[in-house]
Amino acid sequence: MKKEISSSRLGTTRRTLLKGLAALPAAMVLASSSYAADVNTTGLAVTDDTVKVGILHSITGTMAISETGSVQAEKLAIQQINDMGGVLGRKIEYIQEDGASDWPTFAEKSKKLLVNDKVAAVFGCWTSASRKAALPVFEQYNGMLFYPTFYEGLEQSPNVIYTGQEATQQILKGIDWAKETKGAKKFFLLGSDYIWPRTSNKIARKHIEKLGLKVVGEEYYPLGHTQFNSVINKIKLKKPDVIFTTVVGGSNVAFYKQLKAAGIDLTKEKPLVLTLSVTEDEILGIGGENVDGLYASMKYFQSLPNDNNKKFVAEFKKMWGEKSVIGDVTQAAYLGPWIWKAAVEKAGSFDVDAIKKTLPGIELTTAPEGYVKVHPNHHLWSKSRIGHAKADGTFDVVYESKDLIEPNPFPKGYQ
Amino acid sequence: MFADYTWAELGSIFAMQGFAGLILFSVLLLMALGLAIIFGQMGVINMAHGEFMILGAYITYLTSNLFSTYLPDLFGIYFFIAMIFAFIGTFLLGSLVEWTLIRHLYKRPLDTLLATWGLSLILQQLYRTVFGPREVGVTLPDWMMGSYAVSDSIEIPVNGMIVMVITLVITIGVFLFLQKSRRGKQSRAVVLNRAMAGAVGIDTARVDRFTFALGCGIAGIAGATFTMIGSTGPTSGQLYIVDTFLVVVFGGAASLLGTIASAFSISQAQSIMEFFMSGSMAKVLTLLTVIVILMLRPQGLFSLKVRR
Amino acid sequence: MLQSKLRSLTPKNDVISFLILAAILLVALPLLFDIFRLNLIGKYLTFAFVALGLVLSWGLGGILSLGQGIFFGIGGYAMAMFLKLEASSPENTKIQSTPGIPDFMDWNQLTELPWFWEPFHSLGFTIFAIFALPALFAYIIGAAMFKRRVGGVYFAIITQAIAAIMTILVIGQQGYTGGVNGITDLRTLLGWDIRTDSAKYILYFVNSILLLATLVVAQYIRKSKLGRLLVAMRDSEDRVRFSGYDVANFKIFIFCVAGVFSALGGAMFTLQVGFMSPSLIGIVPSIEMVIFAAVGGNLSIFGAVYGALIVNWAKTILSESYPELWLFAMGGLFIAVVLAFPKGLAGIYESYVQPLLNKKFKSTQDK
Repeated sequence: MKKEISSSRLGTTRRTLLKGLAALPAAMVLASSSYAADVNTTGLAVTDDTVKVGILHSITGTMAISETGSVQAEKLAIQQINDMGGVLGRKIEYIQEDGASDWPTFAEKSKKLLVNDKVAAVFGCWTSASRKAALPVFEQYNGMLFYPTFYEGLEQSPNVIYTGQEATQQILKGIDWAKETKGAKKFFLLGSDYIWPRTSNKIARKHIEKLGLKVVGEEYYPLGHTQFNSVINKIKLKKPDVIFTTVVGGSNVAFYKQLKAAGIDLTKEKPLVLTLSVTEDEILGIGGENVDGLYASMKYFQSLPNDNNKKFVAEFKKMWGEKSVIGDVTQAAYLGPWIWKAAVEKAGSFDVDAIKKTLPGIELTTAPEGYVKVHPNHHLWSKSRIGHAKADGTFDVVYESKDLIEPNPFPKGYQ
Repeated sequence: MFADYTWAELGSIFAMQGFAGLILFSVLLLMALGLAIIFGQMGVINMAHGEFMILGAYITYLTSNLFSTYLPDLFGIYFFIAMIFAFIGTFLLGSLVEWTLIRHLYKRPLDTLLATWGLSLILQQLYRTVFGPREVGVTLPDWMMGSYAVSDSIEIPVNGMIVMVITLVITIGVFLFLQKSRRGKQSRAVVLNRAMAGAVGIDTARVDRFTFALGCGIAGIAGATFTMIGSTGPTSGQLYIVDTFLVVVFGGAASLLGTIASAFSISQAQSIMEFFMSGSMAKVLTLLTVIVILMLRPQGLFSLKVRR
Repeated sequence: MLQSKLRSLTPKNDVISFLILAAILLVALPLLFDIFRLNLIGKYLTFAFVALGLVLSWGLGGILSLGQGIFFGIGGYAMAMFLKLEASSPENTKIQSTPGIPDFMDWNQLTELPWFWEPFHSLGFTIFAIFALPALFAYIIGAAMFKRRVGGVYFAIITQAIAAIMTILVIGQQGYTGGVNGITDLRTLLGWDIRTDSAKYILYFVNSILLLATLVVAQYIRKSKLGRLLVAMRDSEDRVRFSGYDVANFKIFIFCVAGVFSALGGAMFTLQVGFMSPSLIGIVPSIEMVIFAAVGGNLSIFGAVYGALIVNWAKTILSESYPELWLFAMGGLFIAVVLAFPKGLAGIYESYVQPLLNKKFKSTQDK
């Protein structure tokens, strides 16, 4: 039966054949493994032994620096899934597109993947701007996007699964920790000038003030800015206990080098520097010796001691080289294909509407970060962790929340 | 905003802020010197100037790897050797670019803009292919990263002082070169009147190539220096290009003294404003001021009186 | 030289070129491509508006602006503000703490619409703004510079810096502008859903016809006395000045025209792509726009359209098949255009294709 179908691939069009197939007695269909027509009623690029998905990240342009790790993780996950026999018996084939660090291009390429290539899911986007540009396309053509980056929240689309943390998951426990463990009272908020740092600092400020502590300064610099001597002087003047930073990209390199040069030794924790934006990936560019003693608040660090993670790190390095490092977003990107696979298998179908129903409640026990679960609001339940950076560019995990933190993209009282 | 602080504290903050302004001045000047020669003297709009700087930074990165692997004993001084390498590397690339590209375009200054923009795209992708899309971390010897405590509350970053010294040396070097040396005089002569310079026996083609390559070489040194304070990635060069051009134009294109004055005023304005408002707004206000002044005084702060 | 150029620009030739272009845009492309590709072509064509403006200001007037993204942005944002207000009706934005204002304002704790957004409730005002704002802005820049005889390279660098300032401002004032994300999720124009395939078809044709109309205007300006004065000024400004003309006013005028063309392109971009963001107004996009004109040939208004089409097309195709290579190819293209074909595609056409055609044409006539 199966053979007949695949041999007739050369003959009449697939669709007429499959229509005929659907007319066969139901018992027969159920008896054999499922056919493309059953698992795909909306014309996605699914055949009897393959399914196409899209990978959409920037390979060129300024964001290529950050997005490379995500591409690597997604490819690793896809390969591992294929080695295990694929999804519903189908091997995953990916079509990779370059967003070129240009937001309209992301929209354009999303549309190509959904309309021309008819992919069953897309793993991609990195910056908020690229997601905002692509989102209407996914909603219009009913695609499914798995978005890996930690981000500002304030969004909840039925067509997106956010595998990174939203702002409250990343921030609140970090500030609690600084207060309880380090006795911090005064905070200085510093960020690059765009939506994620501004929203994060807004939430941070509300939380700090709720705890009865004080914000002594809030500063923003344009993306790519490389002169931080003035703000460092301001910091010295205000004497905060914690510098809470959301500086991104190349600015980070400049900021930490100049901080060190100005005599602020991170290991002395006077003030302590707590970041939301420096992962192992960024440390490669900053240089481990410049961030020795930095604290980072996020859900994943490469050094997490559990067995899932050890296996993941080993296989990642096997595929992409011993020197490669894995940051928070890279791990979140790795979750995307696995969550999609679980949802598809639970639904028994690749249809986007079908997996939308099964996605909430999907659990992964094999995630490198431990156990994760999809919330009905399409974000993940995850733990908050604080890492302490060492000179070799890795983090020691110094704090881990006891329970999973509920994602709350529209936090009441923080807006 | 100053009510909570003692006079001593305020004094040291202003001292340090003044120093921050001086560092910014050095950075701007170092960026602009190479361009002041290429754009100011030769009229070539080199949009790939940032990429030449990043080449210098990558050469520094390679040298640092070389020393840490083979000559760990000399790691403490590798930086100065890297600067020489950076100069040689960018100088050679500069000559090559002049020979293949720029020399055909001296009569069409606006076209150099397009061609060098194309060149900058190619160089960016080349860096990405060779060094990978990620930023590379340039490890510096420890003595260059610390700070020097003048008093209890005044601390001066060592790398800032190094940047200032390098800038000073290069500036004086360029000045002496242009004013005193034979080649420098020749290159000024070519700028002022190409035909006449050729007529009195100056090999104008050679002088052009040397001048352009020299500008690129200085960009390479600037790039090497900036590994101390900034990032090194395939697209880092683009960040510098607007600031650099503004400094040169604001100073009055053909005047080295003007470049110095303009770097000084822009850096002081920026660092003073940065202290009172957010960095983003300070940047916008600085750029706006520069533009308004340029509209009122289009020839820049200093200008040579040349018959055109 | 000049004479031969003038001869090749006889009205008859231009009419033929115009008809060919119209046939390509209105018949051939829609027949050849599906709506996905056609929508992309529509997007490329919005840059042709900018390139057209550059042909007038740069090619004819010798004024190279590296800040045309500013005007593209003004048009695009004006249209986006109107569409965003329509998409943010109180029913659509019920979940916000302040319903009825755009979502990004709500996230930034704005509780009422800023005053300068208010007029954009009206489509009439929006269209007026798309013409008036860029003209006003270009007038201010132009008057300040040209009256003081700033030109050439200086003008290029200053416009570039203005583009940089605009970008930093738009990104920094995210409560009012949507910040780095831009203004996204635009849905309807006076109730008409612009996201459907049929709407995209209609918008493509509207865009093409508008472009053709702009072309006619550009051609008219070029042929007018003003156009000839501009060329004369480009070649010897003093001579025109001494003949008693106010050179600055001509320059200001042509710069304003180029600005309005760009803004038209920006508005059409927003309509077809469905959003507007600061990544389209900064330094890099502004230079790319100059490249379109240069590739097409900065003296040829038809070249501008083909230049914008071909460069963007190549960019899309190359980045689809060889993402690692496309920057090499693009960079190489710019250098090749400057070194080998300084008059761009139009120059290639004039010096290689047209003589060939003329020969053929003549030889058939002789028989």
